[in-house]
Amino acid sequence: MRALWSLAVLLSHWRRHPAQLATLLIGLISATALWSGVQALNQQARNAYDQAAALFGGARTAMLVAQRGDVIPQRMFVDLRRAGWPVSPILEGRIRIDGHSVRLIGIEPVTLPAKAGAIPAIGRATLQSFLAPPGLALLAPETASELHAVDGAALRSDDGTSLPPLKSRPQLAPGVIVVDIGQAQRILRQPNEISRLLVGDVKGKHLPLATVAGDALRLVAPNAETDLERLTDSFHLNLTAFGLLSFLVGLFIVNSAIGLAFEQRLPTIRTLRACGISARLLSGTLLAELVLLALVSGLIGLICGYLIASALLPNVAISLRGLYGADIPGQLTLRPEWWAAGLAMSVLGAAAAAALGLLRVARLPVLAAAQPSAWRQAQQRRLTLQGAAAVVLFCVAAGLLRFGESLISGFAVLAALMLGAALALPVLLGFVLALGERTSRRPVVEWVWADARQQLSGLSLALMALLLALSVNIGVGTMVETFSKTFTTWLDGRLTADIYVRPIDAGQAHTIESWLRKRPDVKAILPGARADVRIAGQPVEVLGLADDDAYRARWPLLQSSANAWNEVRKGSGVLISEQLARRLKLGLGDRVIIPAPAGDWPAVIVGFYADYGNPKGQLGVDINVLKARFPKMTQSRFGLRVAPEQVAPLIEAMRSAFYLDSSRLSDQSTLKAESTRIFNRTFAVTAALNTFTLGVAGIALLTSLLTLSASRLPQLAPLWAIGLTRRRLAVLELFKTLSIALITALLAIPLGLVVAWCLIAVVNVRSFGWRLPFHVFPQSLIELLGVAMLAALLAMLAPAIRLWRMQPARLLRIFADER
Amino acid sequence: MLKVQNLTKTYRSTQEHVAVLRGVNLTVAAGERVALIGESGSGKSTLLHLIAGLDHADAGDIWLQDARMTGLPDAGRAALRCNLLGIVFQQFNLIPSLTIADNLAFQARIAGRHDPHWHDELVDRLQLGNLLTRYPEQLSGGQQQKVAVGRALAARPPLLLADEPTGNLDENTADQVLGLTRDLVARTGCAFLMVTHSLRLAATLDREVRLSAGSIS
Repeated sequence: MRALWSLAVLLSHWRRHPAQLATLLIGLISATALWSGVQALNQQARNAYDQAAALFGGARTAMLVAQRGDVIPQRMFVDLRRAGWPVSPILEGRIRIDGHSVRLIGIEPVTLPAKAGAIPAIGRATLQSFLAPPGLALLAPETASELHAVDGAALRSDDGTSLPPLKSRPQLAPGVIVVDIGQAQRILRQPNEISRLLVGDVKGKHLPLATVAGDALRLVAPNAETDLERLTDSFHLNLTAFGLLSFLVGLFIVNSAIGLAFEQRLPTIRTLRACGISARLLSGTLLAELVLLALVSGLIGLICGYLIASALLPNVAISLRGLYGADIPGQLTLRPEWWAAGLAMSVLGAAAAAALGLLRVARLPVLAAAQPSAWRQAQQRRLTLQGAAAVVLFCVAAGLLRFGESLISGFAVLAALMLGAALALPVLLGFVLALGERTSRRPVVEWVWADARQQLSGLSLALMALLLALSVNIGVGTMVETFSKTFTTWLDGRLTADIYVRPIDAGQAHTIESWLRKRPDVKAILPGARADVRIAGQPVEVLGLADDDAYRARWPLLQSSANAWNEVRKGSGVLISEQLARRLKLGLGDRVIIPAPAGDWPAVIVGFYADYGNPKGQLGVDINVLKARFPKMTQSRFGLRVAPEQVAPLIEAMRSAFYLDSSRLSDQSTLKAESTRIFNRTFAVTAALNTFTLGVAGIALLTSLLTLSASRLPQLAPLWAIGLTRRRLAVLELFKTLSIALITALLAIPLGLVVAWCLIAVVNVRSFGWRLPFHVFPQSLIELLGVAMLAALLAMLAPAIRLWRMQPARLLRIFADER
Repeated sequence: MLKVQNLTKTYRSTQEHVAVLRGVNLTVAAGERVALIGESGSGKSTLLHLIAGLDHADAGDIWLQDARMTGLPDAGRAALRCNLLGIVFQQFNLIPSLTIADNLAFQARIAGRHDPHWHDELVDRLQLGNLLTRYPEQLSGGQQQKVAVGRALAARPPLLLADEPTGNLDENTADQVLGLTRDLVARTGCAFLMVTHSLRLAATLDREVRLSAGSIS
């Protein structure tokens, strides 16, 4: 009964202070919404990776792959089965349907290992139809809708090959079509070839692998983490870091609102104690109140998080597809764990934000609670401790920067740096305001500085939130602008040809090349090919480059040895992408061994080049040497150099002659636009989260000022009584708040630039393996400063106008000793 | 009803130690009305806070009926306050977020002794009938103190403690509030210990006890 009555009294405070309740709820809702929104995006993507990984083996099943080259002869499957190996063949490739690139997987369902999950996807009832002609093409419903196809439809690939009738299966990952392996060999034009062999549980006797296959195959153990997961980890970690930052900024608001509520309720708390409520019961009741509020706002926050995630999902899906080739369904599906985790984060966040307040209520002597300034006095004492904690955090950041090597430690540097700066802010502001107070001569100005210092304890959390949001905004903004600037220059260097052609097969490649050689408008044909290998367990692309002046002049080399291109042409030298060099810790002159079908290929590193946005490592080699080392590799692309005015006519001529669509034939400007679009989409997510965080910080400042303004009258009434007009007091209040906000914003600039440097030189390098040159964009900084001041002005406007128009009777009551 | 034995209390700071109470002995019988008077800083309020269990004594004992207040943990002292005491402060200390009706019934409700008839009688006697739906900030000082007195007596405690209850009121209002308090004390039969520096008001109670330099003189 006592607990219920106490709870009713505590809750009644919010009825009388709805603005404060709104602040608290907004803080919790924003924190939960941004965090859970990001988590929803991550969960959606990870579910898709899991689906893809679990699909007919993926990386979750043991498999046999070719030691050299891409394919295994089909007879190897028969030999292994006869030797007692429970293997099942898979043929995989990409086809284009209506311009959409789709992954085609051919399976042999009878021998497929049970754990590869074939039966649920195929369904026992449809197994017969799947195997017997015309067969079935299974695909996820979202893939069917993307291809504008319905069950039973028989599609054709862009090269005219017909597919079996479609049947949608929700168990399948998006962007995949599954057919019988015989059908796949026909569609992909790879008769008697397979990509890999899945290995089931080996129970009975079987001959050793080397006896059956010699050194042609190697066994790959099941992998808990797929290449896709490893490649996309950095992307998701970046999102998570942003979500966490927004969550923390939201908690600053909660902490500020709860702190003020505790302060305002101290007389009530004293009365409750005097009436016989024990400190323990009171703490328990305060905690119960907090949990209640956290659950309500957590639920609203989750709904908002769902909406945010739904809004951002298309951009995230496009980024993941563009950057990593990962297919994410566009429709958000959420598991119960997401809801539970979101509510738990809301409750835990609220508890963390209120922990100090709850502890103080439990420990504060009942008589001390009667002192209205007890809370503020305690906060003043904490400033010294905060300063010391800030110094410790800066030391931790420096230590992590010096000795840390992982991406997590990169984010830890940022976290320590920003938390340290946030803790140091009130100390720095106090110092600047004290300086202002000491140097001012006029009494009113002196009062303004002194009063601003007194207000700091109440405003400091909102100002910390503003500092963090502004510095992150500057940091991320600088990084994005730097990237945009560098990326455009880099694309100019990287896209050396004017037209890019991707023939359907080797035969067509040969025909096109002969046709092109007869054209006088083609200045040069730059053949290109690429082979996929693994070096030190990592996927690596070996890119064949033609020996042409265009490459020598424009290829974006960051560092190279003398005669680098000549060494590459001879095959004794290779160029290496910056990220691969960093990952393998290789430098100029180091040797790298490329596993090739024609035997290991040792080469010396003669240059580094920038390869932004490519999650895989890359080696640049001479095309002719590559063809010699990988004899079965097909000519996959051409670059053509033509005069600018000849680009459009030549493309039109090739379209007519070879029926090539835009996916196989494009000009440089289209490719540039497409690449820029993908990167803009990637950073659109970051920019949206950035704006949300800044918005939350603005709300923090607004709500803190609104809440504080109610308790400002005792400070302002005496000045009004001695002759300062309400208008002048309002202007002074406005000036004071803007001054504090300006000092905070100015401090955010150097912090933001340090954050930008950390993102560019530490996080990006550890995340993606490449480093951008550092640029400062003064105009953006000035614009952001303007936005911050505008936010502060808007936040302060309402309290100032209220003061300006306040009835004298309200001010007189301050002197009536009725408080 | 109340027995205080050899109570001592010293406030310690880094600069100095101030002995506020130096072995105070005091007894208040059931139904007795006692005024505790003395100069400013003589320790009157400290003594009242110790009796109410709001602060710890350094030594000595406090007995309320048969319960020993000293040595009890916070929860035990809170329970004694809830069940045996009503307290009125100089600053009224009403709960700003509750209406007057809720403030008045608050302590009786948390003690589980809310009596609607007694509540109505309190409202009548304190002339609060037309103020019940208002909030404390909308009342004058005298009206707020009447609500505080009503709240303290709503659970019919055996002992009412008052710390300068008229210190914030003008003379007429003070007389009126104290008169009502005396009537209600007589009606409930509880003991009454009031801290005051007004000799005039102290004279209206049964007995005066003077506290001087930390001791009862």
